Amino acid sequence: MSGIETDVQVTPSLRAGGTVINDFSIEVATVNGSGSQTANTVLLRTIFQMGVPVSGKNLFPSNISGLPTWFTIRVSKHGYIGRKKDADVLVAMNPETAPEDVDKMRAGTLVVYDEPLNLRSRRSDLIFYPVPFDKLVAPVCSKPKLRPLVRNMIYVGVLAYLLNLDMAQAKVALNKQLGKKAAVLDMNAAALQVGYDFASEHFTKQDRYLVAPMNENQGKIIIDGNAAAALGCMFAGVTVVAWYPITPSSSLCESLIMYMKKYRMDKRTGKATFAIIQAEDELASLGIVLGAGWAGARAMTSTSGPGISLMSEFAGLGYYAEVPGVIFDIQRVGPSTGLPTRTMQGDLLQTAYLSHGDTKHILLFPGSVEECYTMAIEAFDLAEEFQTPVFVMSDLDLGMNNWMSDPFPYPEQPPKRGKVLTEQDLQRIGRFERYRDVDGDGIPYRTIPGSSMPAYFCRGSGHNERALYSERPDDYKRNMDRIARKFETARHRVPAPELVRDGADDVGIIAFGSSHFPTIESVDQLRTEADINASYLRIRAFPFSSEVESFVRRHDRIYVVDQNRDGQMRDLLRLELAPELAPKLRSVRHYDGLPIDARTITDQILAQEGITS
Amino acid sequence: MSTMTTTSSPRKLNRIGLDIAIYKGGKTTLCAGCGHNAISERIIDAFFEMGVDPRRVIKLSGIGCSSKTPAYFLGSSFSFNGVHGRMPALATGALLANRQMIAIGVSGDGDTASIGIGHFVHLMRRNLPMIYIIEDNGCYGLTKGQFSATADIGSTLKNGVVNDLPPIDTCALAIELGATFVGRSFSGDKKQLLALLKAAISHRGTVMLDVISPCVTFNDHDGSTKSYSYVKDHDEPLSDVSFIPHFEDMTIDYEPGTSREIQLHDGSKLVLSKLSEQYDPTDKLAALQVLHEAQKRGELVTGLIYYEPGRKDFLELINLVDEPLATLPLDMVRPPREALDEIMESLK
Repeated sequence: MSGIETDVQVTPSLRAGGTVINDFSIEVATVNGSGSQTANTVLLRTIFQMGVPVSGKNLFPSNISGLPTWFTIRVSKHGYIGRKKDADVLVAMNPETAPEDVDKMRAGTLVVYDEPLNLRSRRSDLIFYPVPFDKLVAPVCSKPKLRPLVRNMIYVGVLAYLLNLDMAQAKVALNKQLGKKAAVLDMNAAALQVGYDFASEHFTKQDRYLVAPMNENQGKIIIDGNAAAALGCMFAGVTVVAWYPITPSSSLCESLIMYMKKYRMDKRTGKATFAIIQAEDELASLGIVLGAGWAGARAMTSTSGPGISLMSEFAGLGYYAEVPGVIFDIQRVGPSTGLPTRTMQGDLLQTAYLSHGDTKHILLFPGSVEECYTMAIEAFDLAEEFQTPVFVMSDLDLGMNNWMSDPFPYPEQPPKRGKVLTEQDLQRIGRFERYRDVDGDGIPYRTIPGSSMPAYFCRGSGHNERALYSERPDDYKRNMDRIARKFETARHRVPAPELVRDGADDVGIIAFGSSHFPTIESVDQLRTEADINASYLRIRAFPFSSEVESFVRRHDRIYVVDQNRDGQMRDLLRLELAPELAPKLRSVRHYDGLPIDARTITDQILAQEGITS
Repeated sequence: MSTMTTTSSPRKLNRIGLDIAIYKGGKTTLCAGCGHNAISERIIDAFFEMGVDPRRVIKLSGIGCSSKTPAYFLGSSFSFNGVHGRMPALATGALLANRQMIAIGVSGDGDTASIGIGHFVHLMRRNLPMIYIIEDNGCYGLTKGQFSATADIGSTLKNGVVNDLPPIDTCALAIELGATFVGRSFSGDKKQLLALLKAAISHRGTVMLDVISPCVTFNDHDGSTKSYSYVKDHDEPLSDVSFIPHFEDMTIDYEPGTSREIQLHDGSKLVLSKLSEQYDPTDKLAALQVLHEAQKRGELVTGLIYYEPGRKDFLELINLVDEPLATLPLDMVRPPREALDEIMESLK
């Protein structure tokens, strides 16, 4: 893309040479609690509405106000929506971090900053645009208390001029954000314009970065993964929800409450067709889910790593007593309290085998916001079909950040309730025994309290096929073997892996969850930079489908991309696949709390391939 | 071929035409003489006499001797024996799923007052419509006799260790937290316990019944020479810790407004004080006062201690539809396609 016409005064040298259009990233450094979210969202949406693929990530502290926060926007004409390692445009609004923010930038970075910070003196290889925010905000905002909030909108106006953003679209985006608050909208609209006017009067563009309209976003939506998952739960027909607030999962149930209140009240009576309970702790959350699941409801909870730890005991009960339930794990950085507001895929091993004894769980790995939605629906079906807890392994990056997506499909199929015993079943199988493997697939029939079907005694202590208490060795072993058989049946039923790129047989890449988009970009980088034609298989569920093993067999070297220190997915593959395949598995790891980026994946693979860049 | 006419007395049926046999459960595996068995018997009687359909009842429990008991009553009801101390969560979920069920939860003093106290607290404050029974013996039976948090100060373990912490009064706690029906009884007081249980079945809201239920095995420790004598009289060896003496069930009957001292199997004494018929259970402060004063005297108040009529139970409070959530038809739980279209449009 070149030869773009803009209203911005661009220096001849840039126009001739290094202009970068629609392929850069913006980093906005502000103070937590300063109201920058509105400005950043308007900035993001403006670019989105111009048809340019875009993604936004909020890097925020575990704190209410006063600490540094960064919002990054990836602008990519190629449609890459993973994080870009280095920023190209910096908006430095936070006095605490501004010097460090500036020092870490690469040469040529466009820097908009609050003039009193005097950042220009720190570097000669960056392109600085000082803006007197306080002076500019005073005339547009008569209330001094509101000025710290409104001044953020000025940098959107400044960037609109410098990057050649469409001001009409910026106003549409602003209206979308603040349209219901007329007075606030007017002030922010004025601030937006003031920023634009100031930049046009005072700046001559010297940097390389521009946005030009494209037509890539027709029909697309922007949503975060937690809201997407909430929608999935609602359309799955969830009826009982129990949750305990924990970052980064809280917004899932908060979104669900909002949607359910709007779309799930009985029109005749005005009464709720659902119950959403803020429980006293995570133990109670999963307990409520299992009580509801046992009594026939579609029930779910959402949590993060520390909550998963607390749920261990009930998870074992759900597994052994065979009770359905859905648990969303929006992973954050551990161990312990860790970094509550940073992202990681660190709960993989603990969740796969959560609880004591021989326990294994079905895990789903959404790789996009659309899959947060579709896998939520799938999770309820699987939980009921297999009468077991099912974990949906999202993470903070996927869950709390905004992602572009195609609109979500309406679920065409009715919920799959699994083997809930009917009169016809009873006639066919002769007698009801709760834990008998009638069909050879390991899945027994269940009955639901309140129905006319036979009752049984559900328990986490040893039981025989009739659900009677038993400590007999043969009863215990028969039961455990059947549950293992059920898990084997699930292997063929869970979402199959996706062969994203089918390359040569030497290098294969395996990734999962939120590593997906950076991995796609990395595969392209490997091809263009090092002529490596790698295959890429995206794992979507545990237990692993047979395609996972055949993919590993087919390739000489497999790079497993993990957002954790120890390579947990690689270890899980080593545990679950044929032992002779273990030496093929190599690890690409990223665990600093920031979302993984393509460069990190590519560089680690190149290094292990012996190729130095 | 001859014909023989047999005459049998007509079996007693309840108001919904069911025989009491329907209300019984499996054979108990608890120690002979355990107070828990007497409580199971009263539960059977109460549900039979009230004519409750067992298919409408769900039984829930945690872990411990007490929590085994749902296997011994209402054998045709669904039951869920969960994990230690977290039965309230299971009950909450089950009733949210199907509000038409009648829930009876059985817990122990360890299950409730120690590991599960956080969940007990929240069950009480929610006023979930269920009957919550604590089978209270002041010790952990299944793990062989450690103190629970309801053990009296000064009581001793078998090895002589003295409990130096005051007991948690679960009734006072339940009243303070918002339970709308709080009673205390004794497992051997058939008449009072049956009356309380029958009233409990009729109540909408959380019923909390603390039933003192002596442990025949682990109240029996070296510090109690009377216990030694008692067992010796029955010519049974006592040295084996796993030994379970075969005591008779304990029974007691006494008039409202009176106190009665009872001797437990180990020889220790309990003073039960039955509330008088003039007592007003709807006065919350008076209820707490009665409990505190009795505690000062070293007595346990029995009877309906607190009752709050008319308060919305949890399921009413959250405005649920009348039908069970578990079986709502698809068109009530999945919004139409237009709803998704509308949401998608708002995200563009």
